[in-house]
Amino acid sequence: MTQYTLQAHRPSNRCLWEGRRVALKVASGAGDLQTCTGKPRDSKMVEWTDFERATIVDIFSKMQYEVVGPAALARCLVVYPWTQRYFGNFGNLYNAAAISGNPMVAKHGTTILHGLDRAVKNMDDIKATYAELSVLHSEKLHVDPDNFKLLSDCLTIVVAAQLGKDFTGEVQAAFQKFLAVVVSALGRQYH
Amino acid sequence: MSLSAKDKDTVKVFWAKVADKVEEVGSDALSRMLAVYPQTKTYFSHWKDLSPGSAPVNKHGKTVMLGVGQAVACIDDLNAGLLTLSELHAFTLRVDPANFKILSHCLLVVLSIKFPNDFTPEVHVSLDKFLAALSRALSEKYR
Repeated sequence: MTQYTLQAHRPSNRCLWEGRRVALKVASGAGDLQTCTGKPRDSKMVEWTDFERATIVDIFSKMQYEVVGPAALARCLVVYPWTQRYFGNFGNLYNAAAISGNPMVAKHGTTILHGLDRAVKNMDDIKATYAELSVLHSEKLHVDPDNFKLLSDCLTIVVAAQLGKDFTGEVQAAFQKFLAVVVSALGRQYH
Repeated sequence: MSLSAKDKDTVKVFWAKVADKVEEVGSDALSRMLAVYPQTKTYFSHWKDLSPGSAPVNKHGKTVMLGVGQAVACIDDLNAGLLTLSELHAFTLRVDPANFKILSHCLLVVLSIKFPNDFTPEVHVSLDKFLAALSRALSEKYR
């Protein structure tokens, strides 16, 4: 009778991250794990090209916060009416005209946009920058994180209208990437 | 979230303004989609040139917009009106329906740029609903 034995799986020196067979070298001291290319990797960092950085800084430096913020929030409340659930104490949100003219909406829109400033100034660590705000939105405000994407779509559309032809495909890509990182950071502390 | 009579009117009135810029709008929306969502390029590996304003992008942008126009014309029964297109997308093109949302968003961005005064929040919500309904009708035959 043939006996079947289970062959022990022999691990190869496979670089887990790159899938190529190389010897994994662990740098001494700092203990940083090096990738096969030899570059230290911080899995947390979002990589921004020079174009992306310049584009984001440029957009926000020229932005009229008191125009864009209110317009974006108002648009969000009109286009996705269920988002009104978070603004029960804002008074008259009965129709589009009321929403667009509501002073509390305007004030809050401006506040939100200034909140984005922090991300613009700390593009290399948006996650840490927004840790506190994420806890606030989760524990205190109880905002469904899907709403962040809805607001960022409305913001994209408002900024597009402001910049017109200058809001090219490349600029849009950079802007949406920035907003996606912000949205991800804001949703990070939810559990 | 079905289309109210007001939504339908809003869409028809607005689309009448877009009608003569169909190629421009379509080309811009498609170019943007390819730039902002590079995964969408996988559907166009047979094109020589995927850059904004290239011949295949212009031509296809116009084709897609004419399809949207067709949907506006049959807005009262999208499923029936878009049956052939749905079969095309389901059996031949097999575009993942998630991409309809992506293109819809890019189209709204283009409309916001080209019609900044007409693309009010009210028009935006009606168009967003319409494009979602269009996308649903287009996915009808998928499974």
